[in-house]
Amino acid sequence: MSRRQFWLWRLISVGAALAALLGANVLIISLRSTGWLDDYTYRVIMLCGINILLAVSLNLINGITGQFSIGHAGFQGVGAYTSAAFTVFVVSPWMRERGLQGTPTGDSALLIAGIIAGAVCASLAGLFVGIPSLRLRGDYLAIATLGFGEIIRVTILNIEQVGGARGFYGIPLLTTFFWLYLAVIVLLALSRNLLVSTQGLAFLAVRDDEIAAEAVGVYSTRIKVIAFVTGACFAGIAGALYAHFDGYLNPDNFRLDQSIIILTMVVLGGQGSITGSVLSAVLLTAVLEWLRFLPTITVGGRAFSPSELRMVFFSLMLILLMLWRQTGLLGRREFGWHVVRQYWRLLRT
Amino acid sequence: MEVYLQQLINGVQYGSIYALIAVGYTMVYGVLRLINFAHGDIYMLGAFVAYYVVTGLALHQHPSVGNFLFVLIVSMAVCALAGVLIERLAYRPIRNAPRLTALITAIGVSLLLENGGIVVFGADPKYIPTVLQSSVAPRGGLYISEGQVIMLAASVLFMLILRFIVMSTRFGRAVRAISYDIDAARLMGIDVDRAITLTFALGSALAGAAGMMVATFTSVKITPLFGLLPGVKAFVAAVLGGIGNIPGAVLGGILMGIIEAFVGGSALTTYRDAIAFMILIIVLLLRPGGILGKAVVEKV
Repeated sequence: MSRRQFWLWRLISVGAALAALLGANVLIISLRSTGWLDDYTYRVIMLCGINILLAVSLNLINGITGQFSIGHAGFQGVGAYTSAAFTVFVVSPWMRERGLQGTPTGDSALLIAGIIAGAVCASLAGLFVGIPSLRLRGDYLAIATLGFGEIIRVTILNIEQVGGARGFYGIPLLTTFFWLYLAVIVLLALSRNLLVSTQGLAFLAVRDDEIAAEAVGVYSTRIKVIAFVTGACFAGIAGALYAHFDGYLNPDNFRLDQSIIILTMVVLGGQGSITGSVLSAVLLTAVLEWLRFLPTITVGGRAFSPSELRMVFFSLMLILLMLWRQTGLLGRREFGWHVVRQYWRLLRT
Repeated sequence: MEVYLQQLINGVQYGSIYALIAVGYTMVYGVLRLINFAHGDIYMLGAFVAYYVVTGLALHQHPSVGNFLFVLIVSMAVCALAGVLIERLAYRPIRNAPRLTALITAIGVSLLLENGGIVVFGADPKYIPTVLQSSVAPRGGLYISEGQVIMLAASVLFMLILRFIVMSTRFGRAVRAISYDIDAARLMGIDVDRAITLTFALGSALAGAAGMMVATFTSVKITPLFGLLPGVKAFVAAVLGGIGNIPGAVLGGILMGIIEAFVGGSALTTYRDAIAFMILIIVLLLRPGGILGKAVVEKV
């Protein structure tokens, strides 16, 4: 492929993605205004997007670089809290003085400012975690990231300005379908391009054999830090979008449970597979919401509500996956045009 | 001065509980190189077994040493059984899989015990009525309850028994051999599966004893999630002492208890739960092998 063809294809794919996003945006807005799409379904669609961001960004650390982080909720929490604090305490007053608030442009600008603040702070947190991770491997790293996640949560719990244990109320509701899924597209494009680039080969080499990678001249320390910072950055963006979607944050949202839910998404999709992470993020979000509607079961005079069973379901799935299908749904394969083309060829013959 | 002495005593007593749990982590890590995340939940299980035995048989109406020992033994037995079952069902099938697979499984088992506990026991906090009179009387300006003395004495006793088992029995020798080299141990005719099963039974029984004693002697409310933090802290204690090293786990546990007691008594008290993780990160950065452990060089 010549250089010109390459850029042409790049332009076409970027254009197609943006057109699809805009089309979906118009569709969602019109469906919502006509009442076909109720608030609940809309909420599930938005949660899917946030979970895709979280799962794909964790996949970058766990699946592609082969590090093991179980503190992803901590990065999400940093992003959520800093972006919310930034929009509520800094940008909003500034905009109010100038009468910019409430206009669509003003709202978008406010959201973008929040996202940037969340992304920067979460990246810094990622840097902070990534640097000690240079010296740790495997299960030690897992425990250290768990520890960082807890430290972040306890610290947030002790900051009275953002509500402490009561939670953070009154965050402006700014997240729209368009901005959320734009972030999803950017993250997907970034991860995909990373995987097919020379730089990406270094990430895979660190995953497959760190010592061999170092021996052939891969600077594994740098790769790991890049992975941590990028992963944390997108977790922070997911957190920022979540904060401005729900309007309320609580430190309990970012407990170990949340990290494990994200981890389960990555493991179910297949560690290292981007499309697998997307698929399982959507699947698990939908299943978790569906579990809410199951009727309450009564056994031996005690009522079991399906919401209590949610985490039981998650943990059982994690164990069974490890016992019977360690590769997850897709393994390290990707789902894309090449798969469609392959099946198309099969159908024709 | 007395305040500090009091905190030191409380710290040692809490530390002895951490040590009991940490020993289980360190033994399992020694033989399998697996962080058994579910270990903290075995501790929780010990407390719940004690709760159901005490309230089910109404033992609190006649507090006596015999009743206390009965509840202790039942808790230890049930926890040992649970530990063996977990090893058999979840860990044995993946023993030869990559270590991260085992770690994810362990996280899954831990979550299953916690959330299964919420379903089975209910999420509401429970309180065990005491089975042994324990009064707090000031002795020379210090407040030491009889329960604290019993907990400390029991922990020391358990440690001595454990030391005897590990150093002077065939099983102990097998465990030590496996922790050096599992394949060589198997070639020498050691029944590795049996030794691993016994390791889980022993570690879980000690965690169960710790859970039972904490639930009985302190006013802590037991919930299905109450094993999570002590479990992780005990793990940190094991790393602090040098993971895989039993005296190290005891030392780490006691240090951990003392540090926590002093932080809890200072202005930083709200950060008490985070301090364990800060210790962990500092230890991992400065001396990954722990205090008594030795650094392992990775060979190609």
